[in-house]
Amino acid sequence: MATDKFVGTTRKVTAHLTQNENLSFEKSSPGKKGYKLAPLDVPEVEASALLDGAVRADVGALPELSEIEIIRHFTRLSTWNYAIDLGMYPLGSCTMKYNPRVNEFVSRLEGIAEAHPYQPESLSQGALGVVKLLQDCLIEITGMDAITLQPAAGAHGEFTGILLARAYHQSKGNARKHVIIPDSAHGTNPATAASCGYQVINLKSNAQGGVDVAALAQMVNEDTAALMLTNPSTIGVFENEIHKIADVLHDKGALLYMDGANMNALVGKTRPGDFGVDVMHLNLHKTFSTPHGGGGPGSGPVACKKILEPFLPSPVLAQGADGLLHWNYDRPESVGRVRMLYGNFGMFVRALAYILANGPDGLRQTTEDAVLNANYIRAKLQDVYELPYNTPSMHEVVFSDKRQTKNGVKTGDIAKRLIDYGFHPYTTSFPLIVPGALMIEPTESESREELDLFVDAMRQIAREVDENPEVVITAPHSTRISRLDETTAARKPVLRWKAPAASTPVEVDTPAKEW
Amino acid sequence: MRYLPKSDAERAEMLREIGASSIDDLFVTVPEEYRLTRDLKVPRQMGESEIVEHFKATAALNANGYSSFLGAGAYRHYRPVVIDSLVQRGEFLTSYTPYQAEITQGTLQAIFEFQTMICELTGMDIANASMYDGSTGAAEAVMMAVRITGRDGVLVARTVHPEYREVMHTYAQHQGHDAREVGYIAEGQPGAGRIDLAALEQAVTDQTACVLVQSPNFFGVMEDIPAIADIAHKKGALLIVSIAEAVSLGIVRPPVEADIVSMEAQSYGVALSYGGPYCGVLAAKEKYLRQMPGRLVGETKDTEGRRGFVLTLSTREQHIRREKATSNICTNQALVALMTTIFLTVYGKEGMRELALQNLAKAKYAADTLSAQGKLLFAKTPRFHEFVLETDEAPEALNARLLEKKIIGGLSLSKWYPELGNATLWCATELMTRAQIDAAAAAVAAALVSAAAR
Amino acid sequence: MAYPEKYKYTKEHEWIEVAGNVGTVGITDYAQNSLGDIVFVDAPKIGSKVEKGAVFGSVESVKAVSDLYSPVTGTVTEVNEELHASPEKLNTEAHSAWIMKVELGDAAELGSLLSAADYEAFIAEETAK
Repeated sequence: MATDKFVGTTRKVTAHLTQNENLSFEKSSPGKKGYKLAPLDVPEVEASALLDGAVRADVGALPELSEIEIIRHFTRLSTWNYAIDLGMYPLGSCTMKYNPRVNEFVSRLEGIAEAHPYQPESLSQGALGVVKLLQDCLIEITGMDAITLQPAAGAHGEFTGILLARAYHQSKGNARKHVIIPDSAHGTNPATAASCGYQVINLKSNAQGGVDVAALAQMVNEDTAALMLTNPSTIGVFENEIHKIADVLHDKGALLYMDGANMNALVGKTRPGDFGVDVMHLNLHKTFSTPHGGGGPGSGPVACKKILEPFLPSPVLAQGADGLLHWNYDRPESVGRVRMLYGNFGMFVRALAYILANGPDGLRQTTEDAVLNANYIRAKLQDVYELPYNTPSMHEVVFSDKRQTKNGVKTGDIAKRLIDYGFHPYTTSFPLIVPGALMIEPTESESREELDLFVDAMRQIAREVDENPEVVITAPHSTRISRLDETTAARKPVLRWKAPAASTPVEVDTPAKEW
Repeated sequence: MRYLPKSDAERAEMLREIGASSIDDLFVTVPEEYRLTRDLKVPRQMGESEIVEHFKATAALNANGYSSFLGAGAYRHYRPVVIDSLVQRGEFLTSYTPYQAEITQGTLQAIFEFQTMICELTGMDIANASMYDGSTGAAEAVMMAVRITGRDGVLVARTVHPEYREVMHTYAQHQGHDAREVGYIAEGQPGAGRIDLAALEQAVTDQTACVLVQSPNFFGVMEDIPAIADIAHKKGALLIVSIAEAVSLGIVRPPVEADIVSMEAQSYGVALSYGGPYCGVLAAKEKYLRQMPGRLVGETKDTEGRRGFVLTLSTREQHIRREKATSNICTNQALVALMTTIFLTVYGKEGMRELALQNLAKAKYAADTLSAQGKLLFAKTPRFHEFVLETDEAPEALNARLLEKKIIGGLSLSKWYPELGNATLWCATELMTRAQIDAAAAAVAAALVSAAAR
Repeated sequence: MAYPEKYKYTKEHEWIEVAGNVGTVGITDYAQNSLGDIVFVDAPKIGSKVEKGAVFGSVESVKAVSDLYSPVTGTVTEVNEELHASPEKLNTEAHSAWIMKVELGDAAELGSLLSAADYEAFIAEETAK
């Protein structure tokens, strides 16, 4: 890139080579094996006879590779990913915090990893003990009365929580008609309310980006089932009129659902159960450090007040007079199951290990550090990036690209340019109430050095936007591939590999371009 | 706290730079009456060695050293060690949904390989990047069929996993679906243990959106997919085939007549882990692409013409379509899907067949051996690696005796199928040895003898 | 791009060309331009009823979905199958790539639609905002 214009110095990263790697199918050749089964110690069988002809001739184009090739294949792919383990991952709203390794270790202990979900309860007391202790901890942390760990992810938790609200209203003779959702909410909220058979009513945020209590009061009536509220909100602000919001709802018999996506800003400092929340979900993969794993698995426990307890999904954990734990399936008012078995147990183990590693003091310090880090970034960047809402930030700070768009640079461009500086981008274009949002959530896991590098990168990019916007608009420049053609991907979807005859000829990738 | 990379001095300095006098200045928006001024009542901070000891003690309270014949939707197969070794690479473990394609090509390419393998195995045209599990996947498949057909009748075979049916019911009740169950052919008749085709034919109407069956079904029996498809399609209904035992696809003909396949891929190298996380996946005919829930990865090119992968068709999803989305699903099971992808790469084309054949052989031997002591139900209908045993003795008593011999016997079916009497569902995978099967048969026999002697 | 005089327009940026009792409906150049690259068109089924001012389908870009509002009430007699394989035609030929044809239920409704000049004035106002 020959230019005398300003181009920032990428202090955190230096380009290095990564290996090229084709699809496993393209590397396959017949006869290679990566497995060896134990010899069969029972008589061989004739499949076509046993299966009455429903035998497949061929399992299709699965790859045939040796073990070393498999190790290299996936190791090479892994090196193309950015990860928390490599550095700050400020993806706002996703809470990309450190995933402790002891969590992984204990979840793989044989008696835990190999526990069959239908093994007798007398031989599952360890597993049930994990469920019990985690439930107790989460109830204490949220200040609620009861909990289910069954939901598999945050959105699944929302679904469960709204089903609880529905069952509660139904038990009073009227399921009610609508759920109120602020315009700053995650897309999962309206999608959830709709899938529970509710009409969605949109609540416009006030000038501070929070709930307009007066507008809410006008909206709430005997048809309102619940308000789904993210607190702190998606702009990282605590709803300081939360008690009034709860009162407005409760006066009309409606419930307050809290989306607990941002619970990491509250743990040990305040409890939703104390400020009027009736039902909420938690994301164990956010607040409680279970790994995001490239997009899951999650886990979305739902905690509620006593009035909703009878409706929890079946089964619920119970303790007998003999002290033994067991599953109670006798739940006549239950909303039913939302998932088979008991939930993502492997995530319960990890979340519990995290709580034990922290203790009450560590959990509180974690929350304080997360809030401290977000405010530090806010303080260090607010002179160069527009702060659309001046309200105090909790665990994340949301800027807008208002100043940069004057030079034709949008939040998505700045995000891509951050990659060249060695960071994962922040969340772009969310929440919807902030046009051109830059949603930054550092989490507690970042040292001051890492934060300073991030601030330095963001400031250098701001300068590039002023003096050399082209370098930002065409970013990233340092990655294996440049921006991808998403339009063609959507117009003419290619969602699977096909053997060469039917697919485009494959060329070995050229090495990442130096710039 | 060892996970927090700051000294108190640094914290104080940062606060100074922000212009706050104390950390509580940053929490002023929390109304004072709601601030927690005490410690949370959770266990005190533990050292790492204590945490490991805690969970070792936990593990010791679970079943250890037992021969287990449990299956019923959660299967014990060998998990090649390379799986755990690879998925614990931080670049896979600690990255997130690949929204930024330039720095997540590893995850994206792996998902593309996953989608391809699922298509090959199921005989479908398209597959998504995974669902929570087989039960929610089946429920999502039903909602998908309702959207596609514009009808609201749902027919579900009683031979579908009972907990899948419960989940489907929870989802369906608020969508206004008319969900009904179709029974199975009773013991002693041709096709015993399979969905009752005559009853199905009667139940399907021009208001039926879909027929949901499982194969191998909950009894381990293979359903006659082409015949069921005919009945459904004649009335314009879709056929959804749920597959709870994905290893079966190594030898069993794929359900190519289905419109949607909902699979639980736990068998592909995912730990039992007391019920999760597992790996659901939806696959379908290409024409239903726009109604498919969940994330999809597609191939495309970058500005230089190099191949790359991106999340695509995201307009179906909740973050864009909000209340009109195909589903509220957001997080999927990416890391678990990666485990299954590695598993399938390890076994490959030949290995999947060999593995499935071993399962078939072990289950045949186990069924033959154990049924010497009881009655094998649905014996003449083709099955994969599970079978139903009827005994004179009640399952609870039988299993209590087996436990004394460190054997976990078959799962009692009385809760879900009381009409089957003293029936238990047994499973034998490739990990079950002949010696374990023989020992179980001997223990069952001894149990019968002592029961008879009472 | 010029807005054809013979078309009528809506404030939701659809155009309609009427010949006899049949209206041909598409989206305006202004609409395609603000949507960006269109990747999918969700058109109604032939025979379905559409209502003036109500949603009859949607168009999708990579990261957005926009509802389409019918300029008239009537019955869908034809949809442009070509858009299924080539949605980009809405970008490249906005004023000829039609989405559906409707048998008009009430020709009087046409009176309330915008002329080309009115529509151009309307979008000038929109752009100035």
